[in-house]
Amino acid sequence: MKNDRVRDFGEYVPAPDDDLIVCRCEEITKGEIRKAVRDGLFNVHEVRRFIRCGMGLCQGKTCARLVKAIIARELGAPVASLSDATGRAPMRPMEMGVLANETGL
Amino acid sequence: MIGEDPVRILSHPILGEAEPRRRLTFTLDGKEMSGLEGEPIAAALRAAGVMVHRYTKKLQKPRGVFCAIGRCTDCVMTVNGRPNVRTCVTPLEEGMTVKTQRGAGG
Amino acid sequence: MKRYDLIVVGAGPAGLSAAAEAASLGLGVALFDENARPGGQLFKQIHKFFGSREHKAKMRGIAIGAELLAEARGLGVEVFLDSPVAGLYENRELLVRRGDGVRHYKADAIVVATGASENMLAFEGWTLPGVMGAGAAQTMMNLNRVRPGNRALMLGSGNVGLVVGFQLLQAGCGLAAVVDAAPHIGGYGVHAAKLARTGVPFFPSHTVLRAEGTDRVTGAVIGRVDTDWNVVPGSEKSFAVDTICVAVGLSPSAGLLKMAGCRMRAEGPGEVPERDDDGETSLGGVFVAGDVSGIEEASAAMIEGRLSGLAAAAKLGFVGGEALENRREGLRSALGSLRDGMFTPKNRGKIPASTSEGLPVSESLLTNGYLGDSEAGRYPGVKSAPGVHPVLECAQNIPCNPCRDACPKGCIRVEGKIIALPEFVPGSGCSGCGMCVASCSGQAIFLVNEDIGDGKAAVTIPYEFLPLPAKGQTGTALGRSGAPLCPAEVAEVRLIGAYDHTALMTFTVPREFAMTARFWKSEVAR
Repeated sequence: MKNDRVRDFGEYVPAPDDDLIVCRCEEITKGEIRKAVRDGLFNVHEVRRFIRCGMGLCQGKTCARLVKAIIARELGAPVASLSDATGRAPMRPMEMGVLANETGL
Repeated sequence: MIGEDPVRILSHPILGEAEPRRRLTFTLDGKEMSGLEGEPIAAALRAAGVMVHRYTKKLQKPRGVFCAIGRCTDCVMTVNGRPNVRTCVTPLEEGMTVKTQRGAGG
Repeated sequence: MKRYDLIVVGAGPAGLSAAAEAASLGLGVALFDENARPGGQLFKQIHKFFGSREHKAKMRGIAIGAELLAEARGLGVEVFLDSPVAGLYENRELLVRRGDGVRHYKADAIVVATGASENMLAFEGWTLPGVMGAGAAQTMMNLNRVRPGNRALMLGSGNVGLVVGFQLLQAGCGLAAVVDAAPHIGGYGVHAAKLARTGVPFFPSHTVLRAEGTDRVTGAVIGRVDTDWNVVPGSEKSFAVDTICVAVGLSPSAGLLKMAGCRMRAEGPGEVPERDDDGETSLGGVFVAGDVSGIEEASAAMIEGRLSGLAAAAKLGFVGGEALENRREGLRSALGSLRDGMFTPKNRGKIPASTSEGLPVSESLLTNGYLGDSEAGRYPGVKSAPGVHPVLECAQNIPCNPCRDACPKGCIRVEGKIIALPEFVPGSGCSGCGMCVASCSGQAIFLVNEDIGDGKAAVTIPYEFLPLPAKGQTGTALGRSGAPLCPAEVAEVRLIGAYDHTALMTFTVPREFAMTARFWKSEVAR
């Protein structure tokens, strides 16, 4: 249901708190997330890739749950129906040089 | 002297008296500052009254310590020429060059 | 590739316990932690823990951390610090950052004990320096010994908000208010009462509307929310603060498990790994313990750690038969006794109408943060008696009983389960030693002598602030709400090793205030 691309959620209607920063690293606002949902991005993974919320230095450690809640509200779906973003290595920020310096194989 | 900085907790009802520690000098944006050996850069800055660690890339807004455990990356600064150093978990060293980071630094 | 019998990820209470338990059974154990110091949050937790003797109750987190670390190291656990685990792969292979590179490790069993991270709430101005997680404030004050600010506002009245709020006061930072969007205080009433009697106001059904300031926080504006979470127009209140702490819950840090393909289930706003009673996940041989598998107190995390360490040892054939069964039974029963009472995870968000004794719960404690003077006498620990006697202002079913064990005279009864409300046994010969006062993690026990002659009463309170008042010093007695009641003179201040940094301060007041005076402030305003 939540991935039904033809489902019409209606037009994006501006809200007074749309300029609230949600993703602190990439400075993505609540309004940008709401618009992304109206543009047809219905889950955390897609929104993340499209507008980069949760893709900054901290990798969404602060905003992941806030973003998820905003998407859910926009979709009119329970938060529990959305899954978290995919986890991938490296789970902690590290320079590419460190990651490439692989020993102990 | 530890007592120079007003927000340092010298006596604490549970943790007791602060142990004397060596003063280290470093620079912030070229200005000479001091902190204590063994503490993270962010603690030395807070003790010296510095709240702003960087200005953001898009909106040039000030940021400071937010999680203090190295997760949120809000407190990053340019340290010894290297940008995006998490000052809350990076120990202060003698002679460090710390700069208020603008945008992605560098 | 370096191999171990067991690798534990995270050196907090759960991870250290898992490592120690497994090592005690003969497993070769490595423990990785991303931080420079082990202990997770334990070394910031300067308050006394709840529970029973088997849960290390009345010990402070810092002492528990030191004890666990010594135990693990003594048993030969290899502790690797500054070693963030970057990935968890098939067949229990780990990628760990070590120095300027990454290394691979493999184990026959893995315990993931990565803990939790703080939830956040976005409001106008929340990116300003001075807005921070409550955990950040705790780290700044208790590890770095730097006050985050001079006057703070706490958003969130769960135990984290209440405990860190008290720690702010201990560090010499003022606390302007505790605000919570929920209509009731979320944490233990005793934690709230510690703040309320010093004069900290509570604002349930309120939220932070904005942080004020341009380069740093200079103020906070809060507003009342209705039942649909809409802000009530005209309800705004401003506070001049330089710090806003956010304590709106924790969420499990389960990223490693998710990346490894562990089956997850939704819990609250996040996801937690599916697990069995011993903490084993859908990935065979990979266990979880502590907050990563669902948020609870550190006391529970330590037992979960032991259980998963034990289960890992059993799986690898290091323990079995009766030894395994007995140990497991003991640990499960210890965990069960912690998961009881009105704050147990399964009761989260629910407010019972009455205590397990059938007494109505204190509405004032849930909304104002203190027992109403007319409500206090309803609870079994609050009774008048001749001579010096404890008054136990314990009104909620919390799993805790150190007061009973602390009394050398058997004056305090906690009947049946450890969540039962404590009761003073009349005529049992209280000597006024004060061990019960110092043992109460909630600082809810007072010694009262309702008649010391000259129309005066003596009240002894737990006091964890500096400077300690001097004998003969005059000040003001405050009531449970923090309201000034009457002049009060300090009669005695006791601080012995057995009190573990909780001073017992006795002041005298006119007799009519014996059952209401619960805090003291020097007349000289700071």
